[in-house]
Amino acid sequence: MRVIVIGGGIIGAATARSLSRRGIDVTVLERGRNVGGTSSGGEGNLLLSDKGPGDELRLTQYSSTLWPVVDAELRDELGPAFPSVEFERKGGVVVATTAQGAQPLHDFAALQRTAGVDARPVSRDDALLLEPHLNPAITAAIHYPEDAQVQPVIMTEALIASAKLSGAQFFENEAVLAGIRSPGGELVGVRTTRGTHHADAVVVAAGPWSGDVSEALGLSLPVKPRRGMVLVTSRMPHRIFHKVYDGDYVGVVGSSNAALQTSSVIETTAAGTVLIGSSRQQIGFDTRLTVAVLRELAQKALRLFPFLSEMMVMRSYGGFRPFMPDHLPVIGPDPRLPGLWHATGHEGAGIGLSVATGAMLADLLAGAPPALDAAPFSPARASLAPFLAPFLTPFPDSRAA
Amino acid sequence: MPDVLIIGAGPAGLSAARAARRLGAAVTLLDSSDELGGQYWRHLPPSRPSERESVLHHGWATFTALRSELETDDGCTIIRGASVWAIETRDGRPGAVFAVIGEPDGAGRSQRVFEPDALVLATGAHDRTLPFPGWDLPGVFTAGAAQALAKGERVAIGSRVLVAGAGPFLLPVAASLVATGSTVIGVYEANRTKSLLAGWLPKPWQLLRAAKKGTELAGYVLNHLQHRIPYRLGVAVVRADGTDRVETVTIARVDASWAPIPGTEQTIAVDAVCVGHGFTPRLELALAAGCALGADDFVTVDEGQQTSVSSVYAAGEITGIGGVDLALAEGEIAGHVAAGGSVLDARLASALAHRRTYLAFADRIENAHGIETGWQGWLTDDTVVCRCEEVSYGDLCGAVAATGGASLRSVKLSSRAGLGICQGRVCGRTVEELLSTLSPGHSDGPGHSDGPRSAAADRVRTDRRPIAVPLRLGELAAEPG
Amino acid sequence: MTSFLLPPSDDPIRPAEASGIRIAVDGRPVDGLAGQSIAGVLLGSGTLAWRTTSKNARPRGVFCGIGVCYDCLVEVNGQRDVRACQRRAADGDTVSTQYDALPEVAEPIELPGEADGRA
Ligand SMILES: Cc1cc2nc3c(=O)[nH]c(=O)nc-3n(C[C@H](O)[C@H](O)[C@H](O)COP(=O)(O)OP(=O)(O)OC[C@H]3O[C@@H](n4cnc5c(N)ncnc54)[C@H](O)[C@@H]3O)c2cc1C
Ligand SMILES: Cc1cc2nc3c(=O)[nH]c(=O)nc-3n(C[C@H](O)[C@H](O)[C@H](O)COP(=O)(O)OP(=O)(O)OC[C@H]3O[C@@H](n4cnc5c(N)ncnc54)[C@H](O)[C@@H]3O)c2cc1C
Ligand code: FES
Repeated sequence: MRVIVIGGGIIGAATARSLSRRGIDVTVLERGRNVGGTSSGGEGNLLLSDKGPGDELRLTQYSSTLWPVVDAELRDELGPAFPSVEFERKGGVVVATTAQGAQPLHDFAALQRTAGVDARPVSRDDALLLEPHLNPAITAAIHYPEDAQVQPVIMTEALIASAKLSGAQFFENEAVLAGIRSPGGELVGVRTTRGTHHADAVVVAAGPWSGDVSEALGLSLPVKPRRGMVLVTSRMPHRIFHKVYDGDYVGVVGSSNAALQTSSVIETTAAGTVLIGSSRQQIGFDTRLTVAVLRELAQKALRLFPFLSEMMVMRSYGGFRPFMPDHLPVIGPDPRLPGLWHATGHEGAGIGLSVATGAMLADLLAGAPPALDAAPFSPARASLAPFLAPFLTPFPDSRAA
Repeated sequence: MPDVLIIGAGPAGLSAARAARRLGAAVTLLDSSDELGGQYWRHLPPSRPSERESVLHHGWATFTALRSELETDDGCTIIRGASVWAIETRDGRPGAVFAVIGEPDGAGRSQRVFEPDALVLATGAHDRTLPFPGWDLPGVFTAGAAQALAKGERVAIGSRVLVAGAGPFLLPVAASLVATGSTVIGVYEANRTKSLLAGWLPKPWQLLRAAKKGTELAGYVLNHLQHRIPYRLGVAVVRADGTDRVETVTIARVDASWAPIPGTEQTIAVDAVCVGHGFTPRLELALAAGCALGADDFVTVDEGQQTSVSSVYAAGEITGIGGVDLALAEGEIAGHVAAGGSVLDARLASALAHRRTYLAFADRIENAHGIETGWQGWLTDDTVVCRCEEVSYGDLCGAVAATGGASLRSVKLSSRAGLGICQGRVCGRTVEELLSTLSPGHSDGPGHSDGPRSAAADRVRTDRRPIAVPLRLGELAAEPG
Repeated sequence: MTSFLLPPSDDPIRPAEASGIRIAVDGRPVDGLAGQSIAGVLLGSGTLAWRTTSKNARPRGVFCGIGVCYDCLVEVNGQRDVRACQRRAADGDTVSTQYDALPEVAEPIELPGEADGRA
């Protein structure tokens, strides 16, 4: 079987790796350079703490079990000369800063525990043991020992290097322009800026541009960019030990509100800098700097760690999360066009979900039962139906092709 | 009359301010320094008066006249110690300019936001110094540092100093060192006679006289002869050694591509070395304002010094390295047009003529002194490339090899080269050049070849610094007002 | 030999007398002139290096001298990350040299009461 993956970000890389390890012939097409899109414009949190019970949490838990395995495999395959992917389960500490915020945070944690998340309420004193420089004025704190992280760019490069070892081919500076259809209407290849490629399946993994790419292939897909900005401080003595954020984050992630939203996830990087992020704004692919966004991030960070006030911010950066209207990624065959598959729409969790996405897609493409029920992520799911017109060729299941 | 905001009070900015005031515009002039004059007229603070500071400067009278004219002009507001850290673009307007004002790197500095009718960017340039083994030792300085410390502090970087690199700037640096009590062991220019001949004349001072920059350089040259400082061509510093500070430097002959010629090394005891291979324009504010760059990575301007953004002008070293006289001419044109004047105005005739002359001069200097690629031959695996994050040449090679030739952006993010607090100001262009050597055309799959396009797109990212100068989080969090 | 402040008596620009200042650098008194930068005071007194780098623990001092390289960072009166080449020294300033070790991957802290918190 031959598969084309469109997009050289972390989702394309993880998908290519999973497919090629199953002996599938994979070609990845990237219009710019690999890891030049969203996957190098965000952070590398693998968070369970911000997810309530449901399908996204299940996918995250699945990914969470895969990460240590993938980490060990990559170490093995790539050897010590490869830069560290910085996989670390440093744990998260989520706090409430207001009296009203305390109970919802505890309620949310209780709900998470019913779904198997290790969510441990901690007293203020214990929170200060975990994070000695935290603002003591917090009103509630939950410790999530399972929260982890990777360095997203190195991880994507590692997945690419590993996929190449299994025979996947990566073509950079090659943009997909249109689909090639068989006389029967199936998608059998793509036309690019450099020529044509034929395959049995085409996987769209083009991040926030997946809507455009799908359109070029003949269909709509409601992926929208949701801008996020991150602040980076200069190096400082190590004083923040977990991923620490305020409880509002929980409400923000699940929201579709286009207006500016920020929450301060604060963490130390391996280089000793501190990342403060991130904002969420639906303003299209607008890359212009807005000082008010940076200011709000800074304000929220200071509420959690007042000592940061004296630290230098040296950089801001950001990217566009691939946002879905029903808040779930799309992973699987598109019912409207045989041969078309999706692996996209991961919003602010695509790094964490990448390995689960790759594994699930490889199972589906190979006709094997996925380790986790894939139906909730299918492009055919009911919650997506209102956004999916027009159906060009009604075709129930392209796996039959 | 428009409000004109000028960022940078070096020769270009000062000249722009005067020209804009001549037309009656309300001018605000900002500089992060607490003194006017920029890099060129860097001088002692008022707390250290002297009778003859002019000795250290070319055109000192031009500067003091400009300064007193602007300082006594009520229509010109000068804000010292104002670091511009961000520009927000606005459609059809120059944008909003955010500054923190107060002691450098202070906390709780006051904040101002400017929304001018016209903006003149005159942020100048800083030294470009190529890495070599040991360049991270204390006692190794940029050429500009030696100059700045001599002019601005009367501090000599050492007693026995070697000056090396490329470009005519090395000569005034050596002269300043001598005037500050150092013994200059020699001035070593990497380019060779032939390329210098092609670029200008065998004797640098002849050209400079021809280009009407003579007075200054003649002084330097006299100085040289008087102090018998060897000026040698085709020689470069290829390493520095010492335990916790520089003790010796090794120079070697280099070929026309600047590749060191084996067997020609010579080790010299020094207590300081200063090295500059050219200048890098300070582009972050121009990029923040949305200005387009040319293929040469300088800000593109039209006849009236207007950038690609309407009502945003650029002058001085950010439009091309051309020295003080070009900066003055460009500044005058920019200030005049920003204030609503026409390029055809007779009052601009001499500035336009000067600009023409000095642009040609700048071209010749670039041809003669431009950086060649052979210098990479003097790197060793453990040579630090990124000083902030201590990323070595070996680390970079390793990252490129491990990833099979990842993009500049990816290699930077995985090796941390250029991610430190200087934001790639020192190593950014060097890392770009090293990567294009380490993996030429690597971006392309079989049968493909258009790598440079994306390399150029990446290049802009190195100079793009949305937070142009670091500020304290507490300052960022505070509402200006 | 090392860096030095040119004695006013030898200076061709014929400086007038400038007032002296004294700062403390890691507790050691260092003398300079009013209006000098902290880097100027340090170099003028023959000190070439003060910061210690994070990765290789190497000494650093001034490199660019004009505020672009950030090699010269010091803590001044309790405030860190100040460019010594840009900040003018004031009489009585307390300067500390900086060394920011890279973070180590921390061992997870086990809280005594944590198990109780789990439902
Ligand atoms: C500020 C911010 C913070 C974030 N923090 C986290 C976090 O902490 N944890 C987490 O898990 N996730 C986080 N994310 C989200 C995460 O970064 C994304 O979900 C993930 O990177 C998406 O990966 P991708 O491969 O789908 O997209 P991308 O990385 O964008 O890759 C898509 C690729 O497709 C290419 N492409 C587009 N059009 C074409 C075409 N026509 N032909 C060929 N190629 C094409 C693009 O060039 C691009 O390289 C964050 C995102 C942002 C913006
Ligand atoms: C250290 C140094 C010494 C030099 N000495 C000489 C010399 O002796 N002889 C010679 O011929 N050439 C010298 N040059 C070359 C010099 O750049 C030009 O000759 C001339 O100074 C250029 O003028 P300019 O107005 O374009 O820029 P500059 O003189 O560089 O002025 C730019 C001004 O912009 C300000 N600025 C930049 N960014 C910001 C910001 N974000 N916010 C606020 N203000 C900002 C700077 O503080 C600076 O004062 C030197 C260059 C350097 C770097
Ligand atoms: S020496 Fe470069 S910033 Fe001070």
